[in-house]
Amino acid sequence: MTVLGLRPARFGTIASRRSLRFLEHDLLVFRRGWFNYLLSGLSQPFLYLVAMGIGLGLYVNRNGGTPGGVPYIDYIAPALLVTQAMMAAAFESAWPIMAKINWDKIYDAALSTPLEPMDLLLGDLMWIAFRTTLLSTLFLVVIVALGAAASPLVVFAVPIAVLTAIAFAAPIMAFTATQQTDGGLNAVFRFGITPLFLFSGTFFPVEKLPLFLQPVAWVTPLYHGVAAARALALGQVEPVGMTVHVAALLVVVLLGIAAGRKAFIRRLVV
Amino acid sequence: MVETSPQPGPLIRARGLRKCFGAFTAVDGVDFEVAPGEAFGFLGPNGAGKTSTMRMIGTVSPVTSGELTVFGLDPARHGAAIRARLGVVPQADTLDNEISVLENLMIYGRYFDLSWAESRRRAKELLDFVQLTERSNDKVEPLSGGMKRRLVIARALINEPSLLLLDEPTTGLDPQARHLLWDRLYRLKQRGVTLCLTTHYMDEAEQLCDRLVVMDQAHIVAEGSPRELIDRYVTKEVLELRFRRAENETDDSLQLDGKLDGLADRVEQLPDRVLVYTADGEAAAAAAYERGLRPASVLVRRSSLEDVFLSLTGRSLVE
Repeated sequence: MTVLGLRPARFGTIASRRSLRFLEHDLLVFRRGWFNYLLSGLSQPFLYLVAMGIGLGLYVNRNGGTPGGVPYIDYIAPALLVTQAMMAAAFESAWPIMAKINWDKIYDAALSTPLEPMDLLLGDLMWIAFRTTLLSTLFLVVIVALGAAASPLVVFAVPIAVLTAIAFAAPIMAFTATQQTDGGLNAVFRFGITPLFLFSGTFFPVEKLPLFLQPVAWVTPLYHGVAAARALALGQVEPVGMTVHVAALLVVVLLGIAAGRKAFIRRLVV
Repeated sequence: MVETSPQPGPLIRARGLRKCFGAFTAVDGVDFEVAPGEAFGFLGPNGAGKTSTMRMIGTVSPVTSGELTVFGLDPARHGAAIRARLGVVPQADTLDNEISVLENLMIYGRYFDLSWAESRRRAKELLDFVQLTERSNDKVEPLSGGMKRRLVIARALINEPSLLLLDEPTTGLDPQARHLLWDRLYRLKQRGVTLCLTTHYMDEAEQLCDRLVVMDQAHIVAEGSPRELIDRYVTKEVLELRFRRAENETDDSLQLDGKLDGLADRVEQLPDRVLVYTADGEAAAAAAYERGLRPASVLVRRSSLEDVFLSLTGRSLVE
């Protein structure tokens, strides 16, 4: 059986062990900067939640509030948790990957060993999953500390955030592998990530967008990640809706990995 | 430290090997074999197809057509198994600037599935071998060019390879750094490691290679030991004559008016000098003087691979 060109046996045995080796490389680099990373991982969510959740929330709550009348900070906290993971993942799959392919040629060095392009792709995706897990967990700590979650189910916002992160990382890594310079990467942020951050239901419901834009929001992974995380945090989980959100994210992840595999082989095996 | 098990037949065998990038043919049907324990070289100018050949041997670049086996295995099917036994020193340093010198070696050992402890043990031993022990905990960036090359060589040895591929190992290094590097490569050869290298320096080929092929424009144009090639393609000695040019002389050829005709086996005119190939350089110099030539400088030297290349292609090796 072949799914998206990945043979399960190979995917499960050889490639996964070898891709763990490349994950170790990334962790070795991370070891040098973990303290600063934890510090910004805690301060960023705190600043965002205080400024937007409490500050801006004061006005929102006073003027009719959010759909369902939940406090504004409760409304945006899970969404910000997910968007932060997306931002980090998008960044990690752009410039650092360009450096590994083009600038420092770390990938070339690794490919002279038994590692294959797919090991590098999966290794770096696991690294991004690790990094966003850490980041989202710190965010969760701040949310709980500020009392900005209605339901204990909010802890499941972390895996949703990581899944959303990979749904961005895999296709962006594929795109990065097709680029010779970082001009295209800037465009991804300018025309992709930043508008998504603002308009995927993070700060206000997608239903408030002009009618023709709403379907655009529905097909973006961030919309599904935000909706799922919010439902969990508010304790308003509908089984069907949740299944659709998770399935949508999984489909994007698998398509992204398939695209990444193709792009990595085309770029690195010449 | 490094051992080679006895190999049945050649370590590398190529027959009609070709590599194309779209319409461009980088390697056009080359045949060669590398025996265990040998130091084998590809000598040629930039763009001759040396790197493309090396990348195919390293199994990181698919063969377009023809036959290639490494350790008797097919690179297309057994790439990972071949790479497990190869050491590769690429043209660019490809070191990781974000981790230390020691960590660069250790993580590379992990890619070969060595335990962390074994990786560390070998890394320390190799840093000692390439004389970088005191830089173990430094980052890579402040190292000199020669140190980086030595580190890349150490990295290539972490899996105790029986075959080491080196793509222009000393390009861009100063003479002292080159000699240190040659010394380390010579020691590896003494230990039985097969060396396969590319170079566009004839002195490097003469120093390191038991046998070499001369590549030019995607083809192999000659094969043999450095001595054999010199004996076969050029005379024992070369007389180099430099002439002071007249102000108005703009074209490439010097006006010799046939004064060197019959004096030597072959005469090669370069933009800045004339090379006279002869068994006896001193005698040829005297004869040229008798015939009325007044060169600004006269040099008699032994022939080199540079002369072989010139005689084969009509061009010099380093443009």
